[in-house]
Amino acid sequence: MGKKLLLEHINEPGIQSFEVYRKKGGYASVEKALKSMKPDEVTEEVKRSGLRGRGGAGFPTGMKWTFLDRRSEKPRYLVCNADESEPGTFKDRYLMEHLPHLLVEGMITSSYALGAKTSYIYIRGEYMYIVRILEKAIEEAYANGFLGKNILGTDYSLDLYVHPGAGAYICGEETALLESLEGKRGNPRLKPPFPAIAGLYACPTVVNNVETIAAVVPIINIGGDEYAKIGVGKSTGTKLISASGHINKPGVYEIELGIPVEEFIFSDEYCGGIWKDRRLKAVVAGGSSVPILPADLIFTTAKGEPRLMTYESLADGGFATGTMLGSGGFIVMDETASIVENLYTFSRFYHHESCGQCSPCREGTGWLEKILHRLREGHGKKEDVDLLVSVAKNIEGKTICPLGEAAAWPVASAVKHFRKEFEEAAARLQLSAVQKAELATH
Amino acid sequence: MAKVTIDGITVEVPDGTTILNAARQIGGEIVPPAMCYYTSLKDSGGKCRVCLVKVTQGSAKDPRPMPKLVASCRTTVADGMVIENISSPEVLEARKGVVEFLLINHPLDCPICDQAGECDLQDLSYEHGLADTRYEFERRTFEKIDIGDKIKLHMTRCILCYRCVLVANQLTEQRVHGVLDRGDRAEISTYIEKAVDNDFSGNMIDVCPVGALTDRTFRFKSRVWFTKPMDAHRNCTKCCGKVVLWTKGNDVLRVTARKDRYGEVSEFICNECRYEHKNLADWVVEGPRHINRHSVISQNHYEKIDLLKLKKEVERQLVFQKGKQLPPANQSTTYSTENGNSQTQTHA
Repeated sequence: MGKKLLLEHINEPGIQSFEVYRKKGGYASVEKALKSMKPDEVTEEVKRSGLRGRGGAGFPTGMKWTFLDRRSEKPRYLVCNADESEPGTFKDRYLMEHLPHLLVEGMITSSYALGAKTSYIYIRGEYMYIVRILEKAIEEAYANGFLGKNILGTDYSLDLYVHPGAGAYICGEETALLESLEGKRGNPRLKPPFPAIAGLYACPTVVNNVETIAAVVPIINIGGDEYAKIGVGKSTGTKLISASGHINKPGVYEIELGIPVEEFIFSDEYCGGIWKDRRLKAVVAGGSSVPILPADLIFTTAKGEPRLMTYESLADGGFATGTMLGSGGFIVMDETASIVENLYTFSRFYHHESCGQCSPCREGTGWLEKILHRLREGHGKKEDVDLLVSVAKNIEGKTICPLGEAAAWPVASAVKHFRKEFEEAAARLQLSAVQKAELATH
Repeated sequence: MAKVTIDGITVEVPDGTTILNAARQIGGEIVPPAMCYYTSLKDSGGKCRVCLVKVTQGSAKDPRPMPKLVASCRTTVADGMVIENISSPEVLEARKGVVEFLLINHPLDCPICDQAGECDLQDLSYEHGLADTRYEFERRTFEKIDIGDKIKLHMTRCILCYRCVLVANQLTEQRVHGVLDRGDRAEISTYIEKAVDNDFSGNMIDVCPVGALTDRTFRFKSRVWFTKPMDAHRNCTKCCGKVVLWTKGNDVLRVTARKDRYGEVSEFICNECRYEHKNLADWVVEGPRHINRHSVISQNHYEKIDLLKLKKEVERQLVFQKGKQLPPANQSTTYSTENGNSQTQTHA
């Protein structure tokens, strides 16, 4: 059994309530940090842990915290990004639903490290029932003196708010999230300036994923060095993976970074193998926006090494033969799955969610969807396959925020690895034309 | 001060200048096009992506290139920065892609569009667009809306540059219009189709790079190239009163603010000047407005020019193009340039 740092007490009855959570050692990190550590020591501990952002990009959290402009006299903010909307990713929902106090505890400890007096949890609008769970947890934390004025008798005070979004994927992009939190239209901002210099209300701000903030709790409890011992190389600690698709046991799993992908898919501890004894066709390893990989490339890298569940190993080979760990939305497809169908679903999503601010993404995502729709319906043309690649290339790297890339990468990789399938879909036109011609003659 | 090199030409500009403005100081062909950036509007730019350039050297201190193409209108220069615009095939390719994206849902109804002849998108597509379209699907359309009694919104033509939103935001106190919905369904709209009603609303028409916002008092009256632009002014208590009158005979068909060579207005005018003084007697006419020789508007030769001189100049240029030495110009005409190349000098 792998080590569980986040989900250790998830099956405890009543763990949602303050009493049970506290009894199980909850809020120890707050006590430890506020009473025996300086804010900078907490940051230092997070830096030593090697924790990397769990939202998708994998940027070292400790480093992000040190970028925060501490010389500025403006107030500083910590914002938790709970706008989890990536297709295939549902780990934050699970965590917040069952362990709301873990997030609240993480927010307090992290806010203390950053010197934030006000912090926000920006949660996606569709998670309305979790808003209530979190608000209840926050209320309990206030009642027990872990939030509000002079927490635990120290001179540190913190107010924590939950802010639901209105159902936009783009508001998971950190600057769009900040715009939305300010009450504006959720359009991503042009960077620089980065949020660490001018974020929420133009004040220094750190935006972190739910799981990242939750991971601060075990880091402070066991120490950064101890945390860094788990994992391989620069991928330290544990990671929540939302496994879905054609597997025997879909769900959220906490893994130690560094286990082989093969073990993750086939061991009984995790996914339990492909369902109905079918064969594996492809895997989308980190949420819908990362490149898709065929079965042979997901188990071994192009160099022939076994692929591990780490940031580096999954990215090995770049975009030619690799993918990304991303947000941990692990989608498994068996031999019956249609890549064209699957890509159409993804493209429809990105078309629907593009904010429309910059032209390549606004117009390009819709175009991609329409071409894929045509291919899927059997009205495609032979040239459509190259057109897809060309349109994706024209979007990639030309947009303000990474949604452009998120829409382009799956297309580019799917066509690269499964070109035949697209060509077959395109060839269906010829077939249907023949059938129609025959109908006409009879 | 920062020294930057754009397409091999070095220029010194104050710190904090954007790449686009540094390029404009050099002038000529190396200036990136801009569809959404507008000098006098705060926070404009960065959206249309036609001004993308490649930064091959970040600065003298940190010579690393920037990983992606950057929007030149919003990226500030650093000392020692090296930028490639038209000398980079990657940039031209990207720009071509962006122009294609801007056109796939554009109706291309130039023959019936009032903006034709002074449309940035039209110029851009002549320069970078394909002759044929690769887009075979139905284009998205919107209903035409009257926003206020003087402005027609033709959302189908809009490229969502957000300039008019910024005008509404920054020139007046009441924000009455913005963007609804998202993605390619996004549309400029007023609050539940309420009229835009303020003294400076007409400037939304001037800042629109395409024909999405047109002047209802001018719609379908004339093609712009059949009208003669005249600089004129009047004493106005609300604005600077400096305008361009677009006339046909003695009729004033349209009044706009004065645009510089990049199509930008620096001094906005009020609605009274724009709509209520369409009478030559109300204005002090300063003289014909100089228009870029390449613009179709200049094709009706409304400016008084010496045809004999022009003929001589054309002959002189033809001799030069045959590879012979350039004969000395007798007297420079309006259209010759000092270094003898065919580069145009636009008078702002």
